[in-house]
Amino acid sequence: MTIDQATYDAIVAHAKRDHPDEACGIVAGPEGSDRPVRFIEMVNAAGSPTFYEFDSTELLALYKEMWDNDEEPVVVYHSHTATEAYPSRTDIGLASEPNAHYVLVSTREHGNNDGPVEFRSYRIIDGEVTEEEVTVTTTETRHPA
Amino acid sequence: MAIEVRIPTILRTYTNGEKAVNAEGATLSALIADLEANHPGIGDRLLDDGDLRRFVNVYVNDEDVRFIGGLEATLNDGDQVVVLPAVAGG
Repeated sequence: MTIDQATYDAIVAHAKRDHPDEACGIVAGPEGSDRPVRFIEMVNAAGSPTFYEFDSTELLALYKEMWDNDEEPVVVYHSHTATEAYPSRTDIGLASEPNAHYVLVSTREHGNNDGPVEFRSYRIIDGEVTEEEVTVTTTETRHPA
Repeated sequence: MAIEVRIPTILRTYTNGEKAVNAEGATLSALIADLEANHPGIGDRLLDDGDLRRFVNVYVNDEDVRFIGGLEATLNDGDQVVVLPAVAGG
């Protein structure tokens, strides 16, 4: 999974800000491109340290926007705030975007404060988890829609 | 009566890859039965024990059906139905 530094930083900042609750969001990209370019923070409607869920109305609005732009969710991210950055049983059971990279960030070490976080990425397809390497690029990969 | 149903990526295995299919039904329940008749297996991905699955969202003309009667939500010709799995986890 290749992601640019600015988007990587935005995901980490969101996770730190929402700690101890789980943070969640999407990075959309042109359909079929596998390029995560449009960072979209979502509200965790569950407002919980152990669960996340996009609000159903915001979820529809987000998907309609992506359809209009010929985009798809390239990255689906959320944080774990007390455990490692590895998909939980629930994460695996509910993963429903076979083309997405599921990014997990763990804020268990430093919480809201500065300091490194675990940032890992997975494919989750039919209940099977495959971790993948994360490449962070300094080059700006953003392109006009 | 034709109602367009938007199918999410994960369920397109049941619709030969189609992003949207037409279906019929005066209620959401009847619509799902019609979908199942034409795309066997899809019904089970939407329903659990006769109820809408907790982590599947269905919208009629942008309204979450949970707020407009659930499976008994009424449908009319030209309505737009969208199926979206919840983005959720632990």
